[in-house]
Amino acid sequence: MENNTIIKIENLVKQFPVGGGTFTALNGISLSFGKGEFSGIVGPSGSGKTTLLNIIGSLDSPTKGEVTVMGTGSGGMNAKTASQLRKNHIGFIFQTYNLMSVYTVYENVEFPLLLLKMPASERRKAVLDAIEWVGLTDKIKSRPPQLSGGESQRVAIARAMVKRPGLVLADEPTANLDAANSHHILQTMETLNKELKTTFLFATHDDKVIRYLKRIVTLADGKVVSDESVK
Amino acid sequence: MLSFYLKGLLRDRSRSLMPIIVVAIGVALVVLIQCWITGVLGDMIDFNANFSTGHVKIMSRTYYENIDQLPNDLALLESDELLGKIKDQYPGMMWVERIQFGGLVDAPDENGETKEQGPGGGMAVDLLSGKSGEAERLNLERSLVRGALPAGSFEILLSDDFARKLDVQVGDPVTLIGSTMFGAMSITNFTVCGTVRFGSAVLDRGGIIADISGIRSAFDMTGATGEILGFFPDGYYDDEAAGKLSSEFNETYSDPQDEYAPVMVPLREQNNLTGYLDLVGYMKSFIIIIFVIAMSIVLWNSGLLGGLRRYGEMGLRLAIGEEKPHIYRSLITEAVFIGLAGSVAGTAIGLLFSYWMTKGIDISGMLSNSTMMMQGVMKAEIVPAAYYIGFIPGVLATVLGTALAGIGIYKRQTAQLFKELQV
Repeated sequence: MENNTIIKIENLVKQFPVGGGTFTALNGISLSFGKGEFSGIVGPSGSGKTTLLNIIGSLDSPTKGEVTVMGTGSGGMNAKTASQLRKNHIGFIFQTYNLMSVYTVYENVEFPLLLLKMPASERRKAVLDAIEWVGLTDKIKSRPPQLSGGESQRVAIARAMVKRPGLVLADEPTANLDAANSHHILQTMETLNKELKTTFLFATHDDKVIRYLKRIVTLADGKVVSDESVK
Repeated sequence: MLSFYLKGLLRDRSRSLMPIIVVAIGVALVVLIQCWITGVLGDMIDFNANFSTGHVKIMSRTYYENIDQLPNDLALLESDELLGKIKDQYPGMMWVERIQFGGLVDAPDENGETKEQGPGGGMAVDLLSGKSGEAERLNLERSLVRGALPAGSFEILLSDDFARKLDVQVGDPVTLIGSTMFGAMSITNFTVCGTVRFGSAVLDRGGIIADISGIRSAFDMTGATGEILGFFPDGYYDDEAAGKLSSEFNETYSDPQDEYAPVMVPLREQNNLTGYLDLVGYMKSFIIIIFVIAMSIVLWNSGLLGGLRRYGEMGLRLAIGEEKPHIYRSLITEAVFIGLAGSVAGTAIGLLFSYWMTKGIDISGMLSNSTMMMQGVMKAEIVPAAYYIGFIPGVLATVLGTALAGIGIYKRQTAQLFKELQV
């Protein structure tokens, strides 16, 4: 793997059992993503975007082929190493935000650092920084039900970013947001990408997102049909 | 980390307050059932022991064989000597002599002619020595309706119902007509010193209580007694110890050639109580086990539903990098917390209700024609087991339910689980 490459996918095949046979969701995918990229996997529903994102995020495993993320290959990966990879190096942003409703904004953002057993003083600074990046310092004690959709997704971004991961995977992050909030969110992510050199990889079919991407990988029926850089 | 989870648990009432209430209700019911069943069934044993069987009873072999006939002609002779021996041999036990008797009670009018008559069954106990503890054992003071306890050999207590039937008042004379232990007719005058109500239909119908000295005199039983009852010092019947004591006694004293040789019989072998005691044991275990299992299923489901409600949270935690065993342990920790809190609250509530139920429910109206030795008031008894029995369904079932619900999370492939979690 090249020094700059943080994701390397070689001949990836993913099949799911369906009835008596199998359904091939991904068929011979080979891709690589470098550090600091702001890229997206696009394509219609059922094209395999989320499956690919799940495999990159070590939530799923390949049927064939090899996926290496931040130096950890899927070949020798077990549940523990997969958890370690997610805990230390990957941040997730979901379509439905998935904030824990009983915890405050501060506590939601703090959670990944608790898993990393970060000392309290260091943790506090990191959390406050992350909340400041997304512009929610005034909402620090609010709980998710008190937030708008845009604010909730910004909290989710802060939670994904607080541990300074090398890679952030965002699955349809704007699907539940209106245009103004979508742009706000994407601008925040774009800024973080530039400032922190974090790699962002989106799975989306939303044009608003696609307009921000610097590289667009298009999937159809589980195969890469195009891979274009955007100037 | 633990404080983070506990904070979430306490804030989310559907995860903490509701399950704690469910656990507390279940545990309270288990505790109440335990106290109620122990109280009701145990009362019947104590009642039989105090009024009839003792924890063990010594009789002559033939008396025992014909005990339904109250055969005082087969009584133990020279009972003082035997009593002295067993007091030396078993100093921890409380031994008392009693004579069960039957007879006709005649109430005269002012002219000495029969006003009313009625058959009565009586019990002669040591009330005058002040050392036997019989008045307390038979709860005579509290059972008194009118008058006072006998202060002399020829004073008797009648059951209040019987006294009303005979139309006698405290201080009135009555005549007890029976037979001596040698078969001759016995007619003895007594003074009614008081009336009692035991709350047991069989005792209240025609009961007579007298001091043993007066009855010995009336029935020509000097130096003899129908029965010697033994009670364990703590007042509780111990079936195993009673059986052991009886075997030991019978090995020493019993003589198959002598029909008047003493035999000791434990409570379980008297008044057809063998079946009852076994039934009590089985029923108590059965009801409590069924209840514990039922509550366990309820609490298990509660744990399961709690787990299902939190699928989204579990998926998120997996995605953020928390390991499955860690999630599983945190669920178990929460279940322990909920189980403990619910069990403590439930046990307290259950004990409170049980305490209230120790006053009892009066069922004497239903027992007016009963011949069973059972009290007319059914009441709960707070026993040591009540302090911990609720923790079995409360903690174990909650934890087990959560553990089983959590296995789904633990065992499934992360990707499959992630899809199910709908993250």
